[in-house]
Amino acid sequence: MAPSVTAVLKIAREHVDAMIVHAREDHPDEACGVVIGPEGSDVPTRLVRMINAERSPTFFRFEPQEQFTLYKEMSTTGEEIVVVYHSHTATEAYPSRTDISLASEPQAHYMIVSTAGSDASEGPVSVRSFRIVDGAVTEEEIHITE
Amino acid sequence: MSIEVRIPTILRTYTGGQKAVHGNGATLQEVLDDIDARNPGLKDRIVEAEVLRRFVNIYVNDEDVRFSGGLNAATADGDVVVVLPAVAGG
Repeated sequence: MAPSVTAVLKIAREHVDAMIVHAREDHPDEACGVVIGPEGSDVPTRLVRMINAERSPTFFRFEPQEQFTLYKEMSTTGEEIVVVYHSHTATEAYPSRTDISLASEPQAHYMIVSTAGSDASEGPVSVRSFRIVDGAVTEEEIHITE
Repeated sequence: MSIEVRIPTILRTYTGGQKAVHGNGATLQEVLDDIDARNPGLKDRIVEAEVLRRFVNIYVNDEDVRFSGGLNAATADGDVVVVLPAVAGG
C-alpha cells in the first residue's frame, strides 16, 4: 500500500505566537494578516498584520490600500503570501462558508485562530491550518519549528 | 505600446499561467474586453452585471478605480493595471 501523503505547514513558533497575540488584542473583532515568504518557497518568513477594514466579529477584509501596498512591496522583493491568517471569535477554528467562497489565494495556507473559548486576555485558543482551493477544504498538520 | 494587466494567481488558469497579459483600450472596460477576447472567461471573474465584482480590487497606475470611474476609468498606452482579489472571509 502506498504511503498516504499528509499535507504539512511548517511555521516558526514566533509567527504562531504573534497570530495568537493579534487575535487576543482584536477580540471580539476578527484579526487578520499574512505571513509572507519567497515566491514558490512555501516558507513563511515575515508576519504582517493587516487592518480588518470591516472591524467586525463575524467578517474580515484586508484594508484595500494596505493590501495593495503589500502587493507592490512583494512584487519588488519577489515574495508572496504563504499564510493568510484570521481569527474566529465566537466559532471554531474551521473555515466558514464565507471563508471558502472568498478564498482567493490558492497557493496559501489558511490559518484560523479561534478565541471562542477564551477572551482578550487568557484562556484556551485553537489554531488550525487549511488549504482552500476551488471550494474544497483540506486540513493540514501544523509543524511548529523553534 | 499597450497596457499591461497583472493577473493574480487564482485567475492564471485563464491566461495559460501568465502573470501578465497585454491589451488595448481607452477605458478599463475596453481593456478587459480586449484581453477577454484572447483569454475567454477572464472578464467574468472580474465583472458581474457590468460592474466590478465586490471582492475584486483593480488599480490603474496605483489608483483604485473605485475612486476613478470604475470600469469607465481612463487607460492609455504604457499604463499598468493590477487585478487584486480582496483577501476576505468570515
